[in-house]
Amino acid sequence: MGTTTLPAPPAAAEARHGSLKRERRWAMIGAYIALAVFVVFFMTPPFHMLMTSLKSSAEIADLSGNPWIVGSPTLMNYWELLTEGNYLIHFRNSVIVTVCTVLISMVISTMAAFALARMKFWGSATLATGVFLTYLVPETLLFIPMFQIVGQLGLYNNLWAMVLIFPTLTVPFCTWIMIGYFASIPKELDEAALIDGAGHLQMLWKIFIPVALPGILAAMIFAFTVSWAAFIYPIAFLVSSDQMVLTVGIVSDLIRADTFQWGKIMAGALMAALPPLLVYAFLMDYYIAGLTAGATKG
Amino acid sequence: MAQVALRKVVKAYEGGVQAVKGIDLDIADHEFVVLVGPSGCGKSTTLRMIAGLEEISDGEISIGGRVVNDVPPRDRDIAMVFQNYALYPHMTVFDNMAFGLMLRKFDKAEIKRRVDNAARILEIGPLLDRKPKALSGGQRQRVAMGRAIVRDPKVFLFDEPLSNLDAKLRVQMRTEIKKVHQTVRTTTIYVTHDQVEAMTLADRVVVMNGGIIEQVGPPQELYHNPKTRFVAGFIGSPAMNFIPGRLENGAGALRVHLPGDIVLPVPAERTERYKALAGREVLFGIRPEHLTEAKNLDRPHVAAMTATPEVTEPMGMETLVHFKMNGAEICGRVDPGAPAQPGHPLPMAVDMSNMHLLDPQTGRVL
Repeated sequence: MGTTTLPAPPAAAEARHGSLKRERRWAMIGAYIALAVFVVFFMTPPFHMLMTSLKSSAEIADLSGNPWIVGSPTLMNYWELLTEGNYLIHFRNSVIVTVCTVLISMVISTMAAFALARMKFWGSATLATGVFLTYLVPETLLFIPMFQIVGQLGLYNNLWAMVLIFPTLTVPFCTWIMIGYFASIPKELDEAALIDGAGHLQMLWKIFIPVALPGILAAMIFAFTVSWAAFIYPIAFLVSSDQMVLTVGIVSDLIRADTFQWGKIMAGALMAALPPLLVYAFLMDYYIAGLTAGATKG
Repeated sequence: MAQVALRKVVKAYEGGVQAVKGIDLDIADHEFVVLVGPSGCGKSTTLRMIAGLEEISDGEISIGGRVVNDVPPRDRDIAMVFQNYALYPHMTVFDNMAFGLMLRKFDKAEIKRRVDNAARILEIGPLLDRKPKALSGGQRQRVAMGRAIVRDPKVFLFDEPLSNLDAKLRVQMRTEIKKVHQTVRTTTIYVTHDQVEAMTLADRVVVMNGGIIEQVGPPQELYHNPKTRFVAGFIGSPAMNFIPGRLENGAGALRVHLPGDIVLPVPAERTERYKALAGREVLFGIRPEHLTEAKNLDRPHVAAMTATPEVTEPMGMETLVHFKMNGAEICGRVDPGAPAQPGHPLPMAVDMSNMHLLDPQTGRVL
């Protein structure tokens, strides 16, 4: 076996190579520091919530203790929330409202986006922009006319008013997200489907929805978040505890005049944060997966 | 299987721009017709009108004797292969091919039989469970063809199907397409901007330019008897040379006078055809392959001339020589053994039996 000796690389190239490596190391260190700051900053409030929720009322009221450390942990707050009061009713209401809102938003915005992105008709471009503009109107302005409408429909202090109102907040933005996704699907794909014999609904159902799934999930996450975390409309339109959703139920039931049941409030808020956490955890993988790869060349 | 007929077909867009300006075309059953032309010549628009993907502004298109102007694509019984394949990314190869049959409510056994048959023809049997993203470009193109074959349509439409493939694969797939057509014999309309593809695949080539049909004919006819300057220049590579000159009658024989005092005798059998043009300015057209190193000069239709190449391009089996004649770029094909050197005069032979004379004003071949 003959061996070939390669000439040593010039010193300049080596130095450049070394500096590239060093630059990368510094970039990584910088990234980790930035991320660490970010994590500490955003994890501090939930951590404080968790600590407080595990304390008895007496320990919370004891000003001599350290607020970040639990002396004698207890699950009393969680137990009482789940066994007494309306917490479970609020939870159920939130689930009903959110599931309905997400379903309604998805059905309307998927069909609207398909029509606006693909079925070129007179004024479709203007309409698409108009859809987005309605999203820019602040909620706080909308809720006075909304109040009138809800009142006229006899839905004041009724859970179903939320199912009616939330989609008006979510549909425009969801439609907008999906128009973008649908527009990115190559035109040849619908032409191929047309020639294969698909009608518009079949095309939407069998081609667009599966291919645009990441976009649809993004829109779904958005609708879910808006509906689950909404506060202004529920607090304005829902007054009796059995109709309330979590966001307003917790504050109105657990704050009585100047008595704040901090332990329970924190426990309730933490449990309320679980569903979004689960949704994000499960859908993120789908969201990130590029399903359109391989549709056309590239 | 079916004939396709276009009658005065027009495609006009808003603002009055006409992409297709009233074309007539008859395509016979089993025929393989290639529409070829430069970008924007209307070839793709024509194909898309036949497919039903573009509305027809005026005229009439019929497939199998039935006028389809207002028939939606799915009811025209056609299948189309797109340039970027347009495979459904979320479906396996099998499902991609079966999709059209499922929508048409074929029973499962028949779908499987047809897909397996197409997979056998295209040799993609082992890929049926894969998704498009796990396929190479050539494999995706085969699947796209398979999707067309399983439908057993009246007409296949191909829209530049090989443009996304690399040069080697393109040649290979070209042969595949020809083989498939020889097997299934379905009437095929194929759009390309590549004249080599057009020549090699077509029973008849339709050369389009600026929304009109310049000429229709078998590849050899277009090559040997182009009717216009556009066709003469478009078909063949490198393109035909056009040299402005003058046709003169001297002592009972016609001669072409070219710049630089080059005089080339017109073959006697063409005298009758060109007699009336004596004294006129003409464009002398000659293909590079008929402008060679000096050889066969003893033959009656071969004329001699001398040129000084500016650039030589060795291609292996031949060498291209480029020179200028009164400003016109001229290309010849010489034997690689010929002493062609840039800057050195090279004796050359012009095969006058393959000459063309064109009207410099209208561009018509005379």
